[in-house]
Amino acid sequence: MKRHLISAADLTKDDALLILDTAEELAAVSERSVKKLPTLRGRTVVNLFFEDSTRTRISFEAAAKRLSADVINFSAKGSSVSKGESLKDTALTLEAMGADAVVIRHRASGAPYRLAGWVRGSVLNAGDGTHEHPTQALLDAFTMRRRLGGLDGRRVAIVGDVLHSRVARSNVLLLNTLGAQVTLVAPPTLLPVSVETWPCEVCYDLDAVLPKSDVVMMLRVQRERMNAAYFPSAREYSRRYGLDADRLARMPEDALVMHPGPMNRGVEIAAEVADSARSTIVEQVTNGVTIRMAVLYLLLGGATFEGGTR
Amino acid sequence: MADAVPHAHDHAQDPSGAPDGARGGRDRSHSASHPGSPSQAPRAVLEGPDINRALIRIAHEILERTKGAEDVVLLGIPTRGVQLAARLAKHIEQFEGARVPHGSLDVTMYRDDLRLRPARALGATRLPADGIDDRIVVLVDDVLYSGRTVRAALDALNDLGRPRAVQLAALVDRGHRELPIRADYVGKNLPTAKSETVKVYLNEVDDRDAVVLIKKERP
Repeated sequence: MKRHLISAADLTKDDALLILDTAEELAAVSERSVKKLPTLRGRTVVNLFFEDSTRTRISFEAAAKRLSADVINFSAKGSSVSKGESLKDTALTLEAMGADAVVIRHRASGAPYRLAGWVRGSVLNAGDGTHEHPTQALLDAFTMRRRLGGLDGRRVAIVGDVLHSRVARSNVLLLNTLGAQVTLVAPPTLLPVSVETWPCEVCYDLDAVLPKSDVVMMLRVQRERMNAAYFPSAREYSRRYGLDADRLARMPEDALVMHPGPMNRGVEIAAEVADSARSTIVEQVTNGVTIRMAVLYLLLGGATFEGGTR
Repeated sequence: MADAVPHAHDHAQDPSGAPDGARGGRDRSHSASHPGSPSQAPRAVLEGPDINRALIRIAHEILERTKGAEDVVLLGIPTRGVQLAARLAKHIEQFEGARVPHGSLDVTMYRDDLRLRPARALGATRLPADGIDDRIVVLVDDVLYSGRTVRAALDALNDLGRPRAVQLAALVDRGHRELPIRADYVGKNLPTAKSETVKVYLNEVDDRDAVVLIKKERP
């Protein structure tokens, strides 16, 4: 494993399987009465969040605490960032406080990569702009593997706002590494430039893809990132790319419905689908803590890394 | 001496990481002892049936000390301890007809030497359905050496429940304790030098039963 987790592309198949297998063993910890392991005692994990987040920040915090690490939460609101402090100066401050790992979410793609050059600890990307969100991809893969038994040859459809989605990119890269076949389904306006270079297929017609998918992952329509009209209306988007009960009925019987959250109920996913037994949405949150424990353990639990001074 | 049996690498799989640096079956550069091989060849201390004889005796001792093994739970420490615990459970069932629950207890996350090596893969922890509360837990390990693995196991148990008593069974006790820990049941006491390595091979994972003592002769 590398010292940082910045992109899902950093992970070889062996790395990814090691993380998933480790998570499999750690899942039991969340079911015990004492949900704590002493493994990262004395280590400090900083949650550096420049962008709003509920589940990812809480998930990382819970994961670090279950491994007995000390957690420092930093959010841009109410910090010196609002006084104009740069990312580098913030990073150096954290460095001086002795952070062993920095979990960063930033609105700018590439911020974690820059940060990794400034700090000695491990950098974990918790979402950077429209680039990547590797731990989300890992927890999605973990959820799929637990439900389906394996990922090799499985067909996964990722549907919706691919253009603004860091989850989509990380998932395509990781699922491809793990041997699954990914199809992106979106209106042409919501697909990124040069998507044809991604290791996946692209389709504009959801109804054509649904019947042959083992997993359908719905993406949130990210209105806060939309500065232009990408589709005529929410209703029209919902009719062509939303997952409703009719479409759910046309999926294979054991196919899964996933969503990284937060959901726009009634837009990309109907409420009855989100709450159905085939939806893994709540499970994904539970698995998020487990997978982040596995990542933190594998990055921080052992000895010095090459080029690292721990 | 590592080149004595170059083909032997295909077993001794140890995906779970090594609790003790010198624990049995863990060193990948292992070699087998052939009769008539050069004098450097490692010495087999216990061979096939010897191991089972030792386990049968331990099974009897457990029955004796716990008065029929009622409430006993056997927990093997990965990797080889797990198979040993299963074998002990089988023997006890044969002798007394009593079913003894057995499982595995991974101690990786509780080790005190985690920072000395890169993070390692975890072994399995599988507790019997009825748990360990108020039971007599017998920890089963292949080689007892520094005692640090056992200390980690005691910590792990503490997070999983509250046994009435904890006992320790080891196939081989090779001495050199670094902590105040001793075994309740020992298959064989094996005086060793710290420079030596003890390896345990079990049929279930290695296709042979043997305990081998290897002398390190590198400068």
